[in-house]
Amino acid sequence: MSKIEFTLNGKNVVYDGDPLRRLVDVLREGFQLTGTKEGCGEGECGACSVLKNGKLVTSCIIPVGSVGGDEIVTIEGLRETEQGKCIIDSFAEGGAVQCGFCIPGMVMASQALLLTNPHPTEDDIRVAISGNLCRCTGYDLIVESILLASRKGEGLW
Amino acid sequence: MAVTHITDKMKRVDAYEKARGEAKYLCDFHLPGMLYARMVRSTIPRGNILSINLPELPDGYYFISAKDIPEGGKNALHMIAEDYRCFADGDVKFIGETIGILVGSDRGVLYELEKMVEVTYEELPAVTTIDDALEKKAIISGEDNIMCKLECEMGENVDEVLSKADSIIEETFETGYQEHVHLETNSVACAYEDGKFVIYASAQCPFYIRTSIACTMGIKSDDIIVRQMTTGGAFGGKEHFPDVIAGPLIVACNKIRKPIFMIFDREEDMEFSVKRHPSRTVFRTGLDKDGNILGTDIKIYYNVGAYLTSSYVVLQRGVFHSTGVYRFPGARAWGFGVATNCFPTCAFRGFGAPQTLYAIEMHLDHIARKFGYDPAEYKKKYFLKQGEETITQGHIVEKVMLEEMMKQITDASDYYRKVKEYAIGSGKGIGISFYNHGGAFTGNGEQAIIKAKLKLKKEGEKVSILCGSTEMGQGFRSIMRKIVSDTVGIDIDNVFYDNPDTSKVVDSGPTAASRSTMVVGFLCEKAAKEMKERWNEGDFEVIKQYEHPEGHPWDQTTFRGDAYLGYGWGACVVEVEVDKLTKEVTTKGIWSSHDIGRPIDELIVHGQVNGGIIQSLGYAALEKLECKDGRFKQRSISSYIIPTSMDFPHQEYFFVDNPYPWGPYGAKGMGELVFNGADSAYMGAVERAIGRDTFKIPMPPEDIQGVVDRK
Repeated sequence: MSKIEFTLNGKNVVYDGDPLRRLVDVLREGFQLTGTKEGCGEGECGACSVLKNGKLVTSCIIPVGSVGGDEIVTIEGLRETEQGKCIIDSFAEGGAVQCGFCIPGMVMASQALLLTNPHPTEDDIRVAISGNLCRCTGYDLIVESILLASRKGEGLW
Repeated sequence: MAVTHITDKMKRVDAYEKARGEAKYLCDFHLPGMLYARMVRSTIPRGNILSINLPELPDGYYFISAKDIPEGGKNALHMIAEDYRCFADGDVKFIGETIGILVGSDRGVLYELEKMVEVTYEELPAVTTIDDALEKKAIISGEDNIMCKLECEMGENVDEVLSKADSIIEETFETGYQEHVHLETNSVACAYEDGKFVIYASAQCPFYIRTSIACTMGIKSDDIIVRQMTTGGAFGGKEHFPDVIAGPLIVACNKIRKPIFMIFDREEDMEFSVKRHPSRTVFRTGLDKDGNILGTDIKIYYNVGAYLTSSYVVLQRGVFHSTGVYRFPGARAWGFGVATNCFPTCAFRGFGAPQTLYAIEMHLDHIARKFGYDPAEYKKKYFLKQGEETITQGHIVEKVMLEEMMKQITDASDYYRKVKEYAIGSGKGIGISFYNHGGAFTGNGEQAIIKAKLKLKKEGEKVSILCGSTEMGQGFRSIMRKIVSDTVGIDIDNVFYDNPDTSKVVDSGPTAASRSTMVVGFLCEKAAKEMKERWNEGDFEVIKQYEHPEGHPWDQTTFRGDAYLGYGWGACVVEVEVDKLTKEVTTKGIWSSHDIGRPIDELIVHGQVNGGIIQSLGYAALEKLECKDGRFKQRSISSYIIPTSMDFPHQEYFFVDNPYPWGPYGAKGMGELVFNGADSAYMGAVERAIGRDTFKIPMPPEDIQGVVDRK
């Protein structure tokens, strides 16, 4: 057992427990942040995506012990920011959401992209979300919604 | 306050709660004192159970099996028949059959306990492929391993036609398993609340679950409440399969009287859940000297696994769609549901139609090329038209707009220039397919079997939609509220629809068969019209029940008559380039046109078209799921490959306007239609690029290499 301190959605938090526990379990069960979903448990589907120091990571293959001192942002944090609201609005307007299970992860992937590339092309977007599987949409409307966010949110990133 | 009209662009009503991560799927949901369950499953395809040796169970841990089914109950799940056992008892019929469930508070402990359960078997000979079963390597069902069968014919006598033909082309096509990969895995919970069992489920058909497990328990359906949770994709995978989880859970809950959750991890969901039926379709087609089709004899084999589930109905749909969108002078189709010691196959978007539609499209491509015709022009000669006879000796009720649809996509894709430019075997290819999907239950099944009902309830200025049909991602929740908003003339925020609770809603039938918008939505429109007329009467309810239009007979014992009143129709062009060295395929363009009547919401149907087509392209190009000796080889998302955002390009899509008289605002079913044809257009393009005929899907690059290497 060990104490791990990190920043979670802007607040300093302490985790006291097994450092090998998966970050996704700590977020969902320890902090009741259930917006982060588990889709595959092997880092392939991206449903559990969160931001670690601004970079997209899959929280199902990260032990909580490895995030000491890091800044973790989940959908619960992102949705309260102007950037997050813009992406979510664009997803709703653009028809990106069907069953929704992959969508919090897709929103996180969109944010990770826009942080480094505020004016992405369609190809940039397809690469950026290629680690996030969606079985419903065929991706076109997600791609278009991210393009929409980059236009509507001009200046936010 | 404003009315949302059908033609208005709207935001899906569930978009924000899902995108903000606030929607509660079953895995996000907790009940006080809840326990978890983990399945103990058979590890051999067929055998007798000699012993089950359990490790010592900690306090508060349980093992539940067939012996725990209460008196008066039955070791059966009532799906369509009572053939699927809740627990294997005495013997096992496939790898993954439920032997029992372990229940306790800690999932980690359950995981370890499951590994310590020892089951000893006397192994029996098993059949795990269609060939093994047909060759009767072991008899596991009836006398011949055929679990269900049917035959249909139309037009001229096919035996006579074939005896007089100038030539006969015989071809065999095979399709593989396909896994649904709904991003949310199968998940069900059972609790005991106020004297009733309550099931919380990620599911398409709450009333199916209730019927199925009431049989297991030997209690009245009304003593069970099923509440659908926000469902993270289904595609048919959550039509009957939730019963297989709910059954053992209710037996356990009856004994333990605590809430019990079973949430599959991905590996379980891949390895131990139902799949799309692998198929074999054999054509014997008689031609005249110019290559005109005189008649065809079709034999269709579906691997149904060890239990029937919905397979007979799936097989029927396969047979009814086996001549595609075409009319030949004579046709006969035989369907055989083949029993094997494999995990049962069940519903998957398209429900039996994709397999035979793929086969007929490839068969016509091959004949066309053999006789020097362009596939599009060749297929067009046989397009069904309004009033013409179908394989079930019924007729096509609606106007058929395939020629208009064909023009849209051949123009947009520049098809005719490309088929001239891309020489056979040049590495570049373009393919075209045509397809349909009969909407709703076959024949008069909506009236005779389903008896679909819908209730609208008015309280003040608010209207609630009460029906058992579910939102699983396809947009039902939004389109139903839109229909009521427009029809009654009230703000969409004053229209309510909750995930169904079987104790509160009426049974509108399963969310399946592309029927929910078309059939339940039409009931909703009718009820809303009446409500509007009576709006000033205060608070009241309107219930509408399905009525089958007269003049469309159907005989469910002989399979003769008007099988479907409204088909969705589709046409698709796919263009590819195949790398000469690696045989990797780059898809250069995808163009589709669909007749779905008239869309209720253009953005929602746009999403359905894109998603269905990509699933179909995955089926053709990527999604290899092999079953060796009854065990699936691909058991994770890293070994079973579904499309990513990089695999296929942006799509161009079209619709034609063809309002359907018995659907809401002219809408027909479309959820499955859009899966039914991109696969064959893709394979047609690959064939042109490599200059070879192909006979199976999926066809990943290594298999294309195999085809090219074939002498």
